Amino acid sequence: MEVDTKIVMSSGKGVECLLTDSEGEPLGTKLYLPENTGPLQLQQTVNTLLKNEEKLPYAFYIADQELVEQIGSYLEKNKVSVEKVLKIVYQPQAIFRISPVNRCSATIAGHNEAVLSVVFSPDGRHLASGSGDTTVRLWDLNTQTPMFTCTGHKNWVLYLAWSPDCKHLVSGSKSGELITWDPLTGKPSGSPLTGHKKWITGISWEPAHLQAPCRRFVSSSKDGDARIWDVSSRKCVISLTGHTLAITCVKWGGDGMIYTGSQDCTIKVWETTQGKLIRELKGHGHWVNSLALSTEYTLRTGAFDHTRKQFSSAEEMKEAALDRYNKMKGNAPERLVSGSDDFTMFLWEPSVSKHPKTRLTGHQQLVNHVYFSPDGQWIASASFDKSVKLWNGNTGKFITSFRGHVGHVYQISWSADSRLLLSGSKDSTLKIWDIRTRKLKQDLPGHADEVFAVDWSPDGEKVASGGRDRVLKLWMN
Amino acid sequence: MPQGDHIDLSQKRYGYRLDHFERIRKKEAREVHKRSAYAQKALGIKGKQFAKKRYAEKALMKKTLLMHDESSTRRKVDDKVHDGAIPAYLLDRDETTRAKVLSNTIKQKRKEKAGKWEVPLPKVRPVAEDEMFRVVRTGKRKAKQWKRMVTKVTFVGPGFTRKPPKYERFIRPMGLRFTKAHVTHPELKCTFNLEIIGVKKNPNGSMYTSLGVVTKGTIIEVNVSELGLVTPAGKVVWGKYAQVTNNPENDGCINSVLLV
Repeated sequence: MEVDTKIVMSSGKGVECLLTDSEGEPLGTKLYLPENTGPLQLQQTVNTLLKNEEKLPYAFYIADQELVEQIGSYLEKNKVSVEKVLKIVYQPQAIFRISPVNRCSATIAGHNEAVLSVVFSPDGRHLASGSGDTTVRLWDLNTQTPMFTCTGHKNWVLYLAWSPDCKHLVSGSKSGELITWDPLTGKPSGSPLTGHKKWITGISWEPAHLQAPCRRFVSSSKDGDARIWDVSSRKCVISLTGHTLAITCVKWGGDGMIYTGSQDCTIKVWETTQGKLIRELKGHGHWVNSLALSTEYTLRTGAFDHTRKQFSSAEEMKEAALDRYNKMKGNAPERLVSGSDDFTMFLWEPSVSKHPKTRLTGHQQLVNHVYFSPDGQWIASASFDKSVKLWNGNTGKFITSFRGHVGHVYQISWSADSRLLLSGSKDSTLKIWDIRTRKLKQDLPGHADEVFAVDWSPDGEKVASGGRDRVLKLWMN
Repeated sequence: MPQGDHIDLSQKRYGYRLDHFERIRKKEAREVHKRSAYAQKALGIKGKQFAKKRYAEKALMKKTLLMHDESSTRRKVDDKVHDGAIPAYLLDRDETTRAKVLSNTIKQKRKEKAGKWEVPLPKVRPVAEDEMFRVVRTGKRKAKQWKRMVTKVTFVGPGFTRKPPKYERFIRPMGLRFTKAHVTHPELKCTFNLEIIGVKKNPNGSMYTSLGVVTKGTIIEVNVSELGLVTPAGKVVWGKYAQVTNNPENDGCINSVLLV
């Protein structure tokens, strides 16, 4: 508390403040801060109070408004009483900063049908794309040329997913088969996994901190089943049946639960050792289109972070992943957000209750894609009403709406530092939005037709997009 | 008039006659022969009526049989790879086919400069002046002949007011003024009723263009903002050209094809 008294001594007038974290947990007791305290001084205070050895950047919010000036001038501007205790919420920021991409560095032709899925590997070194010409292509990111063309599917490749340790790539097709590929050779690592009767709608890998060499993944299909597969034994381990209509989205949570959203308006939570149904989350009035977990980005990238560390063994990787996961999650339960055809979204805490925490209303058309920011602080939602909306990730409160697209917004993707948001739309453009200023940062025209898939590489350097015009575009800064 | 269901009642009380089912079987067996005999015997309108009824019965029968067949036979699933791939999140939505990004703007600008378009109707019948205009006689003795009335469909802008009679050389009749046109998108194969923005070119001469005369082959500019066309840069296309394909003065409507 030494710091505070010092600040108080230096100036006469003061404001009574209470610093809390995003969950509302107070940090220390009430402080008496001078009016000329700005974010910089607050940052120092928080760092001291938290006893951080290396100084971390923080952003401060008062009543969901970011504090960018001195407290005194804020009070004057917003006419807040000096008598009351001012509640300041501090939120840690990423210690690295990702610069927005602003130019198209390569337009790579290769696919001879629309590009349906584009995914960077968790370490950001590989890029895979799936297309309507039934092939999966792996691209060389250094030379920006095609590396492997993986043929084997019988129909459109709808979905791709990298294992969190980057050892496997799984692709699901419209005819319902799944193929696992070795990203280093571009060859299938075995015969196709069959079992689904209709097309694949989603694939999700078991998080790296639960099992070290990645083995299991779950796939969902139009036929209403989700299946857990084992890569090493090449078999379907468990079949999760229960949904009466097509499953649209599947996510493997960090607590070892599987969440499936379906067209029968429900979300089901499954346990993964025996495939038992644990919870059924009801509330939506129409199809559930998309699910997102607060820890999703961490689960996707596993042990890899912005430092590009290499791991020698699987155990080491598992430990690092667990460490990252715990750090990201904190002590709050995992949050789930679901976007639906009834134009609304629900925020759930499935491990706590089967009732929704909040309902997020505001969209005027169906919500196609929802995504938590990597730090879990924001929720972004892409809708067919041509807007992208930003919500508070903890409370589900509406923050702002990004307008600018002139067509349906299909997909969104976050930069790893949670400061920028990327959206791809039917109007053939990509747009980058700044979360801090809540404005359009960059408009990226260039595609000749609808953009179906976008992805921001976890290392933040590149953005890849693909669409109906059959080319893959790489964007850089 | 029947006084009661005697047969029914009797059957309920005493059961069926011993030969009841045998009789029914025989009656059914005889039915085909009877029907065939009738079909051969019936002449004229009766024959026609019978044939028609029988035909309908048979068609229905075949249909039901086919339906039953379908449920039992195993067919091959349609696993062909189709064109026009869409991602999984759009697969269950039957999106209406939408207007494509049609052409790039630079190309269109160049064409505009040259004043030439590749049009669906490259040649049109020239319209003579006396067909286009009717002479209106004016003056107290109706001796002056400098006034003309346009006999074709015209387009005038929304803020148009007529000139004073003394200066109005060309009269564009109210009944022949149009503000909307049916525009067919050649790729989507669907037609929209769109507002006309202006007359870009009338092939019969620049005078007709400036008068806003719409004849067959005229290039008109239409407001396509409803179609949601987008340029590669992501801007909404507002105006686009279309060529008139019918004779509006004869048909009472303007039909046109969008120039792509």
